[in-house]
Amino acid sequence: MSGYLNDIQVYGPGFLTAAWTVLWLTLLTIVLSWVFGLAAALGQRSDLAWVRAIAAFYVWFIRGTPALIQIFIVYFGMPQLGIRLSPYTAGVLALAINSGAYVTEIIRSGLQAIPKGQMESSLALGFSQRATMRTIILPQVARIILPAITNEALSTLKNTSLLSTITVVELTLYAQTLISATFRPFDFYIAVAIIYLVLTTILTQLAAFFERRYARLY
Amino acid sequence: MTEEAPAPLLKLRNIRKSFGDLEVLKGIDLDVAKGEVVSIIGASGSGKSTFLRSINAIEPADGGTMDFDGQQFDFDRASGLYPTARQLQALRARIGMVFQSYNLWPHKTVLENVIHAPMNVLGQSRAEATEVAGALLDRIGLYDKKDSSPQRLSGGQQQRVAIARALAMKPRLMLFDEVTSALDPELVHEVLMLMASLAKEGMTMLLVTHEMSFARDVSSRVLFFDRGVIGEEGAPSKVLRDPESPRLRQFLHSILHDDLSQAGAGKGLIQ
Repeated sequence: MSGYLNDIQVYGPGFLTAAWTVLWLTLLTIVLSWVFGLAAALGQRSDLAWVRAIAAFYVWFIRGTPALIQIFIVYFGMPQLGIRLSPYTAGVLALAINSGAYVTEIIRSGLQAIPKGQMESSLALGFSQRATMRTIILPQVARIILPAITNEALSTLKNTSLLSTITVVELTLYAQTLISATFRPFDFYIAVAIIYLVLTTILTQLAAFFERRYARLY
Repeated sequence: MTEEAPAPLLKLRNIRKSFGDLEVLKGIDLDVAKGEVVSIIGASGSGKSTFLRSINAIEPADGGTMDFDGQQFDFDRASGLYPTARQLQALRARIGMVFQSYNLWPHKTVLENVIHAPMNVLGQSRAEATEVAGALLDRIGLYDKKDSSPQRLSGGQQQRVAIARALAMKPRLMLFDEVTSALDPELVHEVLMLMASLAKEGMTMLLVTHEMSFARDVSSRVLFFDRGVIGEEGAPSKVLRDPESPRLRQFLHSILHDDLSQAGAGKGLIQ
């Protein structure tokens, strides 16, 4: 037992740093994926055919290819076109583009769930389409999609482990480094799993808090 | 030396609307004077709701012109005078509309529903909007519900809040689109009473309705819509009691005398 206590003293700070990296990579990715998802979901309803086409292609392409390949394209592929990104930037960008496609579909289904009359009653009072979207439609969509968005955020958090393949020192890569030095894969992978579990639990609790707050408003 | 009548508040000429190949409005002309209450009746699919929705351009007409409160609109896209989005917004801000399905916003309280447009469209301060809204909610007897979610209210209460929400914009004209059709029978009365009191105060109103007693007792004029045109119009006593066209007679018969005891008579259905 004292061996494990010693381990925590030795490796704890390193794991904490790696966990922190996972956390901020995840938060950045989530926010960016919402931006992409909202833009594409609104793009799907655009009056302009080419905007709808871009939005449709985006969702089709991203959902139809593995996240790992998308990460490789952004990190290893883009330099060939003269765009060189740091592993962290490339990682966040690739994951956000990936998650954004799923967020697009989530927002789309949320928009479909709002009765047409909600838009009409707002337009009838003199609001613009844009103001109606912002103040009437999207706040209601946000509440409906919260559970699905939480799921997507959990996926994003776990998908950060894929960034170990492009030298982002997050939890998985950090553990792998330790394992290759200590030959203790069971101990360290279990440790990593537990830390992911703590992080996902925090995220779930946070979502539950918002869900309760929304529920009170209705 | 003829005395000139005051210009109508609303003047529509040759209003047309199609959905694809289906021509729903086939050139409607209508003048509505200030303070008039015009009831529109007709079978479903006759174009009456579409007509109402074309007036505030929530479903803009494809052709025809409109004068409203001194402003001209041309809905012919080829004319080059088709109103801009901003002009349509300004038009809608001056016309109140109430819908069959209330369409209150569930994520806002009753009070917030009423003050949202006055604050954000008319630019009223929260204090000013709240004062106006308070008076309106008081009038409809729902002041004590101001902080409730609209979903906690009965259908009749929700519809009265929807009317208050429209009135808070101080509209020059009110459009009512079958506003009692979704209500339980015992809740219809409270909404009609509110509308009747508005009519009495001189509010100009256009309503699509199946409430024949309301059309008869409250409106100054009744229009019978038939297959995209105004089939017959006139004073309620004339149109509802002494219809000229067979179509209107048939329509009135079907809604006023739906005596079900005749159903299946002579066909031996219940033997």
